[in-house]
Amino acid sequence: MSSSASPGTGPSAGASTTPVEEPSALRSRGAARYSDRAFTIMLWAAGATVLLVLGAMVVRTVSDALPVFQYQGFFSFVFGTEWHAGFSRQEFTGTYGAWPFVWGTIYTSLIAVGIALPMSIGVALFINFYAASRVRQLMSYSVEILAAVPSIIFGLWGLLWFVPTVLHPFSIWLNSVLGFLPFFGGSVPNVNYFHAGVVLGIMILPIITAVTREVMATTPVDEVQAAYGLGATKSEVLRKVVLPRSFGGIVGATMLGLGRALGETIAVLMLVGGSQRFDTRLFFAGDTLAAHIAATFQDASPETLVALMGIGVVLFIVTMVVNIVARLIVWRFAKTAGAGDAL
Amino acid sequence: MDPQAAGAVSVAAPNRPTREPVGAPVFELRDATVRYGSFTAVKGVGMDIPRNEITALIGPSGCGKSTLLRSLNRMNDLIAGASVDGKIMYNGEDIYAPDVDPVEVRRRIGMVFQKPNPFPKSIFDNVAFGPRLNGYKGDMGDLVEESLRKAFLWDEVKDKLKESGFSLSGGQQQRLCIARAIAVDPDVILMDEPCSALDPIATLKIEDLMREMKDEYTIVIVTHNMQQAARVSDMTAFLTVDIDDEVGERTGALVEFDTTATIFAGAHDKRTEDYISGRFG
Repeated sequence: MSSSASPGTGPSAGASTTPVEEPSALRSRGAARYSDRAFTIMLWAAGATVLLVLGAMVVRTVSDALPVFQYQGFFSFVFGTEWHAGFSRQEFTGTYGAWPFVWGTIYTSLIAVGIALPMSIGVALFINFYAASRVRQLMSYSVEILAAVPSIIFGLWGLLWFVPTVLHPFSIWLNSVLGFLPFFGGSVPNVNYFHAGVVLGIMILPIITAVTREVMATTPVDEVQAAYGLGATKSEVLRKVVLPRSFGGIVGATMLGLGRALGETIAVLMLVGGSQRFDTRLFFAGDTLAAHIAATFQDASPETLVALMGIGVVLFIVTMVVNIVARLIVWRFAKTAGAGDAL
Repeated sequence: MDPQAAGAVSVAAPNRPTREPVGAPVFELRDATVRYGSFTAVKGVGMDIPRNEITALIGPSGCGKSTLLRSLNRMNDLIAGASVDGKIMYNGEDIYAPDVDPVEVRRRIGMVFQKPNPFPKSIFDNVAFGPRLNGYKGDMGDLVEESLRKAFLWDEVKDKLKESGFSLSGGQQQRLCIARAIAVDPDVILMDEPCSALDPIATLKIEDLMREMKDEYTIVIVTHNMQQAARVSDMTAFLTVDIDDEVGERTGALVEFDTTATIFAGAHDKRTEDYISGRFG
């Protein structure tokens, strides 16, 4: 704003020679300006609400959980392997080491990603580069629908059909063949880390596939053609051009899927078992952070409720870290790959 | 007008020495028609493309010159619905015969594209990409150097082979793409408007390079730039687009194929003359 300009210089000097009606065309029209301002304020309010809710949630959860961290010590709360809920109203009497749940969460999520990632890449490659256009559409829709299926349905389907008919027999076979290894050893209950992880993997498959597919579709046509022009076969083009180009996006997609797997509650609750012990065996009927909260909060004593808040904080930290890393990778990838032409 | 070049080659214009094509032609096209689905992009092309010469395909937009070029190494296969009728023979072999592998065709008939398209890799890895695909057993460093030298790029990049191909200027990138195509030791190099994204100086460098390259390679170039065709090519094919108003279809067709000197100095067909003199297109 050049309001400091002295009269008689610059544009105002020119304006003085024209009739006085002229400047009114440049003045703001009142009504339009107020509605513009109101709209801006509404958008600011909407933005602020999100931050306030997030802030309130973090502050409240952390402050509610703080007593148990003080009682147990944050480090021993996270890494302690003994979890014995107390029943007191006034003070802490139990032992709260959440490591069995932290471990179960990481374990099941890694199993899920280990299953979902290779399948997702395969499905995405198939949809993008092999399927005929009608099949491609059908599969894209199917993947999107699968992503929208509520997790309780995955849990029910897993518990009532998939685990008893497919997965449990497979686990028993695996146990009979490789049972001499501690990792595959022990008994094989129908609910365990492995079963929860596999169903989780099926749940996050569509998320990873959808993002991976879109990232692959942004591979510059120029580069694909260049590779074909050099006598590359289709699979060479996919392996040497499309996959390296999509690497960052695939990592990001995996992290998004991992984020969902870490926080998934109900399907895991139905399939994981619920033992509050630490065990490294694949077929151990363990527990996860989210599932443990869901399973116990209704009957929890006041002190245990605080401990469950503590679990919530730990889960929050784990998922936050994973999500931030995912965003960073996706963002970095978008910045480096954004220059290419998409088909 | 007989589009077959065989008889026309002897018509040498006085201002421009024309070399007699040596031996059998590299490509023989017989009534070649390329379609995308039901759309006919270019129809009934017959021509013999001579070895170790630069052949330019010129014509107005939509005349199917790029389509025709891409049908010479089966790059059109990548477009769904593309099909070729008639015969396109490469060294006497029908490249659209059912038992021909398009990958093998493309290893012998390289391609340089309109926009420089290096891979997001180092300069070295860009050139080594093709040889690595083919399982090249020799010294990769030597091959990369030789390819870059042939592309007139070695002196400019020899100290930064590990830098990204994108760190180069547009003209350098295009020469990198040429080096990359040379590295797989092709027989023919197809160039689809290779200079359209480049400034005049970079364009002249590429044209010099093409003249140098034709001792070893047969070059077929599509260009929008008639001066470029006149400057670099030995043979010129002029294509036009026939517009059928009833069906609303635009189909490309070959009008005339002759020595560049003839096309530019005394075209037989009025449409060629009109296009060359700028009255059309």
